[in-house]
Amino acid sequence: MNTPTPLRRKRSRTPRLLGTLLLAVVALVFLLPFVIQLATTFKTDPQAAASPLSLIPHPFTLASYRQLFGGGSDAVPFPTWLGNSVLVTVVVTVGRVFFDSLAGYALARLRFPGRGLLTVGLISVMAVPGVVLMIPKFLVVQYLGIYDTYTAMIVPLLVDAVGVFIMKQFFESVPQEIEEAARVDGAGVFRTYWSVILPMAKPALITLTVLSFQGTWNEFTHFVVTTQSADHATLTTGLVQFVSGGLGSGTQYPLKLTAALLATVPVAVVFFVFQRHFVRGGSTGALKE
Amino acid sequence: MRTATAATAAVVEPGRGGATSTRRGPTRRGSSAARGQGLWGWLFVSPMVVILGLFLALPVVMALWVSLLNWDGQSNPFSGAADFVGLRNYQDLFTHDGLTRTLFMTSLRNNLYYVLLVVPLQTGLALALALAVNRRRLKGKGLFRTAFYFPSVTSSIAVSTVFLFLFQSSGAVNSLLKWVGIKGPNWFTDARGLVWVVLGGLGLVDPAAPPAALADHGALGLSWWDWLSGPSIAMCTIIFLVVWTTSGTFMLMFLAALQDIPEAQLESARLDGANGRQVLRHVIVPALRPVLFLVITLGLIGTWQVFDQVYVMSQGAPANTTLTPAFLSYGVSFKDAQYGTGAAISFVLLAIILLMTGLQRLLLRERDAGGARVALTRRVRARVRTQRQAQDQAGRAGR
Repeated sequence: MNTPTPLRRKRSRTPRLLGTLLLAVVALVFLLPFVIQLATTFKTDPQAAASPLSLIPHPFTLASYRQLFGGGSDAVPFPTWLGNSVLVTVVVTVGRVFFDSLAGYALARLRFPGRGLLTVGLISVMAVPGVVLMIPKFLVVQYLGIYDTYTAMIVPLLVDAVGVFIMKQFFESVPQEIEEAARVDGAGVFRTYWSVILPMAKPALITLTVLSFQGTWNEFTHFVVTTQSADHATLTTGLVQFVSGGLGSGTQYPLKLTAALLATVPVAVVFFVFQRHFVRGGSTGALKE
Repeated sequence: MRTATAATAAVVEPGRGGATSTRRGPTRRGSSAARGQGLWGWLFVSPMVVILGLFLALPVVMALWVSLLNWDGQSNPFSGAADFVGLRNYQDLFTHDGLTRTLFMTSLRNNLYYVLLVVPLQTGLALALALAVNRRRLKGKGLFRTAFYFPSVTSSIAVSTVFLFLFQSSGAVNSLLKWVGIKGPNWFTDARGLVWVVLGGLGLVDPAAPPAALADHGALGLSWWDWLSGPSIAMCTIIFLVVWTTSGTFMLMFLAALQDIPEAQLESARLDGANGRQVLRHVIVPALRPVLFLVITLGLIGTWQVFDQVYVMSQGAPANTTLTPAFLSYGVSFKDAQYGTGAAISFVLLAIILLMTGLQRLLLRERDAGGARVALTRRVRARVRTQRQAQDQAGRAGR
C-alpha cells in the first residue's frame, strides 16, 4: 500500500538538507528575540546598551531579578502586578470554564423557549470586535460605579462568547444516548450535566482552560479601560507604564526585559505543558481568535 | 415519576431534530420534562445572558447613543445635559475641515498601509512555513512548529517591550545591519514614508521635497503626498513585530488543512505520474483555498484593530504616522474627553470590520459551492481511476 514514490527516491539529499538548514535559520530568527531577551536580563545597564547583541552576559548579574522582587529605593511594584494578574487570571479562568460550559450545555442540549434567539445573539456578539468595545465598556463600567475595582476587572471577563460556542459545539457531538441513560437512571438535569456530561468534555474543557488562561493573562485593553490606580495594575498594564516611562527613568532595559520575561514565563509553561493541544491536536480550529 | 418523565423525553426524542433546531416544541408539548428543562435552561444561560448583555450588548447601545452627543464625560449622558448633535460627530470625521478630520484621515491612511503590508506578509509567511514544516521526511518537525508558533502565545505587551529594545537606534537590529554595512534608521522616530525612502534611495525622487503637484492637492483633508508616501519607518517596526507574532497562528491553520488532505490522494496523484509541481497545483492548492480565504479575512478583521502595539511602542508618534483609528478613538475619548467623537470613530471602525466580515461571508459562500464542485470531480476522478485499475488488473489476469 505504502509504496515509496520512485520520484522522491531518485532526488539527491543535498537540496533537502539545504532546505532543512534554511528552515533552521528561519526558526532561529523566530526565537532570537527571546534568546536576546533572556541574555539581557542578566546584564548590567551599561552592558545592555553597549552590546545589545551579545548572548553571553559578562559580568553576569542577577540585579534585575533582585530589584523586581527585593524592593529597594527605585523598586518597581512588580509583586503587586504579579499578584493582580494571578488573582484575575485564576478567578476568570475558573469562572469562564464553569459559566461557558453551563451555557454551552444549555444551548446544545436543553430545550427552552428563547434558545434559538440566544444562539443567534451569541453568534452576532462574537462578530463584535474587541477594540470597538473599549470606550463603550468604559462607559458601562463607570455608569455601574465599579470603575477601578476588581469587580470591573473580573466580572466582564467571566463569560466569553467564543468559549460558549466551543462548548456548545462539543456538547452537540456527545451522543444523546448517554444523557438518556443517565435520565433513566434518575439523574436530574444538573446532575446529568455535572457528573455525566461534563467529565466527558475534558478535551474541550482543557482547550477552554488554556485559552482563557492565556487570554486573561495577556489581556490588556480591558484593564486599560476599566482601571486606573497603581493598586490594580496587572503585569500588562504595569509593564506598559514602566516601559513607556511612567515609572522608571532612563533606559533600564535589563529590568524592563526581566519584567517582560517573567510576564511571559507562565504562558510559556502552560504552552509547553499543553503543546499537543496547540501545535498538533484537532483544537487548532478553536484557536482562531 | 422520574422514570416516567425520562421515558417521555425519550419518546419525544425523534422530534427533537438537530441541536440547532429553533422550533418551540417543549412548551407546546407541555410535558413536565420539557418544562423542567425550560427552567434549567434559563438557569444555565443566565450568567451568560447577564454578563454578555451587561458588558457587550449594553455598551454597544450606550456608545451608539453617546456617538450622537457632544459629551465631555462629566455630565449624565442620559439626562439631556449633554448636547444632542445627531450625526454631526460622524459627519465631522469625513467632511468638516479641522484637526479631527485630519487626524482621522491620517489614522485611516496609516491603518490602510498596515493592512496592505501585514495581511499579504503574514499570509505568505504562514503558508511558506506550513508547507516547509509539513514535509514528510523533515527531521525535528515538532521543534520547528514550536519555534514558529511560540511568539503567538506570548503577550503583545511583553513582545513589544522586547522589540523596543531590539529596534532602538543603537540596538540589536542596527548592530546587525552595521555588520553588513547598512546604517540603520532611528526606527521609532523616523516619520519618513517607506515608498519615498526607497525611491529616494534609488535616486528617483528627492524624499525631502515632495513634488508640488502631490503636495498641493489632496483628498479628504490630506495631500496626495500624505496618502502616497507609504508607511513610515516607525510603522514598519510595528509591522515587523506583528508579522512575527501572528504568522505562527496562521501557519497552524494551514497545517491543519494540509494534514486533512488524505495521504491516499497524494499517493494516487503521484502514481498517476504527477510531479511535485502538479501535485501542488492540482491537489494541495485546491485543498488550501478555503483556509486561505479564512486566513486572509481573519487578517483583514484583525489588522483593523491594531492597538496594543501602538500603545506600547509609539503612542501614535512620530508625526502621527503610527496613529490608528483604534488608538485615536482611545486618545480622543480618554485624553481629550470628547467621548462622542471617540464613540463615532469606534462605530466607523465597526462598519469597516463588518464590511470585511461581510466580504468573508460572500467569499466563503462561493468557496462552499466551489469546494463541493471540487469534491465532486475528485470523487468522479477517483472512481474512474479505480475502474481503470480494475480493468488493468482484469486484463492482466486474463492474459
